[in-house]
Amino acid sequence: MSAHHFRSGTATKVPFGQRIRDWWNGLSRFHQWAIIIPVVVLVYLMPFLNFFPITTEPGTDFELALFNTARIVLIAIGLNVVVGQAGLLDLGYVGFFAIGAYVAALMTSRDSALYAEYPWLLVVVVGIAVTMVSGVIIGTPTLRLRGDYLAIVTLGFGEIVRLLADNIPALRGNVGFRNLERPPGEWSDGTRIFTQGDGIPWYWLTVTAIIAVLILVGNLERSRVGRAWVAIREDEDAAEIMGVPTFRFKVWAFVIGAAIGGLSGVLYAGQLGFVNNARFDVVTSVLFLAAVILGGSGNKVGVILGAIVIAYTPERFQVVSEYRYLIFGLALIVLMIFRPQGLLGARQRLLARGRQAYKRLVGKPEPVSTESPMKDSGKGTGA
Amino acid sequence: MIGNLPTVLAQGGVDWISFDIGRLVDQFWYNTVNGLAYGSIYSLVAVGYTLVYGVLKLINFAHSEVFIVGAFGAYFTFQFLGYESGGIAQAPLVETIVNLILALAVAMICSGLVALTLERVAYRPLRRKKAPRLVFLITAVGASFAIQQAIMLWRNPNPELAIQLIAPRPLFEVFGVSVTNIQLTVFLAALVLLLIADSFINRTRLGRGIRAVAQDPDTATLMGVNKERVIMLTFIIGGLLAGAAALFYIMQIPQGVVYNGGFLLGIKAFTAAVLGGIGNLRGALLGGFLLGVFENYGQSLLGGQWRDVVAFVVLIVILMFRPTGILGESLGKARV
Repeated sequence: MSAHHFRSGTATKVPFGQRIRDWWNGLSRFHQWAIIIPVVVLVYLMPFLNFFPITTEPGTDFELALFNTARIVLIAIGLNVVVGQAGLLDLGYVGFFAIGAYVAALMTSRDSALYAEYPWLLVVVVGIAVTMVSGVIIGTPTLRLRGDYLAIVTLGFGEIVRLLADNIPALRGNVGFRNLERPPGEWSDGTRIFTQGDGIPWYWLTVTAIIAVLILVGNLERSRVGRAWVAIREDEDAAEIMGVPTFRFKVWAFVIGAAIGGLSGVLYAGQLGFVNNARFDVVTSVLFLAAVILGGSGNKVGVILGAIVIAYTPERFQVVSEYRYLIFGLALIVLMIFRPQGLLGARQRLLARGRQAYKRLVGKPEPVSTESPMKDSGKGTGA
Repeated sequence: MIGNLPTVLAQGGVDWISFDIGRLVDQFWYNTVNGLAYGSIYSLVAVGYTLVYGVLKLINFAHSEVFIVGAFGAYFTFQFLGYESGGIAQAPLVETIVNLILALAVAMICSGLVALTLERVAYRPLRRKKAPRLVFLITAVGASFAIQQAIMLWRNPNPELAIQLIAPRPLFEVFGVSVTNIQLTVFLAALVLLLIADSFINRTRLGRGIRAVAQDPDTATLMGVNKERVIMLTFIIGGLLAGAAALFYIMQIPQGVVYNGGFLLGIKAFTAAVLGGIGNLRGALLGGFLLGVFENYGQSLLGGQWRDVVAFVVLIVILMFRPTGILGESLGKARV
């Protein structure tokens, strides 16, 4: 029962969000692209739009801030697969991020005995593969648990990953790995494209990765897998009874989430050029989770928004930067009381698609009762 | 190259993990005594988790912060009473005892208040709205995060300078292992508090109310039990015991007063609660002592750096194979 998605019973009358969605779904494919393409171009041009409202505090590099924001967005999309779509609260997500970063370090740093001149793309592939395998390893035992127990156990696994990095000498603890290899390529004047100081290529690379991941995740969402995830999230027992192999799909969600986390870890390690055991703690995990919950878990646009808030506001406003963890912690409490579905709630994909199909067939919108199945009033409450 | 993997793992010596049964046997009694002293702290904190879980089916993730606030309360009481940080105080025995009891009271009140505030401010509005369980957990995580960060911003990330009221001094020996005065005091005091809590839950009218709500909230309400008051009471009891645990903790580890000092201890105490059987008060007691001892055995067996991993592994193994814990859940289902 605890696999319910986080939403209060009051979510039935969200007219504004629904209107936007209806408008968007009503547009033709062509019109949708006509909006998406300029937005994407604008996103790519962001590094050159460094003026008044969208900028950073003096002393912070705007391009690097963009890269970091994009990195958190990527992580949030990955965590959203686990938390938002399949409804599995994962408090150890940073573990996968760490594994990705360490794979990059082990393969491309001269401090590592595994160093060889691997092509950078191979590092990405290996990084993703290793995190996927570790997703299976961690997911297989833990995903038999549900709800809050799963949360605590994933937290435990996240900590174990960190403690391994602390304690295994080959992972070099606090000393870490220096001078990681970066993607190849040179500008026409012979300087490297990917350096630590210049955020723009990294930003572009990450945005490209985000777009690829969004397409992938979007397709999954519309497939059998996505429907299974929603079913599991809404009511695991019901899904099981209806013949959904819940365990297998939960592991899939975990593995895909892990892969995206690993990819993000590889990018992070590459840009920084240095990996040690710092920054892979629970605090970081909770921050990622805050991004997902804040934006609206289960809603990709919302999650992106949440990640931007979490990652960008501290770079933009000094005050936020100082108190950021406190602010985001309090924001979680307040949000859960007043708007548990986050800034943009998850849309009921299946329902939405069903209504769309109905509209196309019949030519008028389906009459929607106010007693929408979106309500999960009282079931599985903590009280 | 990948073929280097075995050599890589052996890098820096192979002793990053050991499997030293000889050391385990050698240090067995030392570990047992030590583990029981730590375990009493875990037990006290675990009671807070177990009671709240029994009544609300909620993992109060912020309980670790309830604990650490108590530690700060005790620490500032020491300062207020004029103890210098850094050294070991040399006050007369009676004065020391009085001061310790004062600090105990302050720590318990601080923790109790934090627990109560948490309940009122964060959890009660959610209960009113009948929010799903994960909403509670996220709130708890947020609260834990916020309290921790507030303490960090107020003090700083570094631990407070240690204040020691009593110097550890061996009192007597069991099985060739000396037991220090601090260990004995902590163990006995914790045991007394746990017995008081146990008889409160099992013998008094209020305790019966708590058990009734844990068993069936709706029926309990129909029978005239004030559910809200019972919930408040549970949080207060949990908070008070966590405060006491905090004082005992800083008596054993004087340098432990730091903003995130509760986190790991909280996880361990939760593990203890699950180990004993969550929702079961005596289970928390047993689980705490067992975990304290296991942790030390694991440390001897695998090496000191793996001490914290033991708790996580115990937690995972218990949840995998016997989620109801050793004594079983007496007051609810752990796996829903």
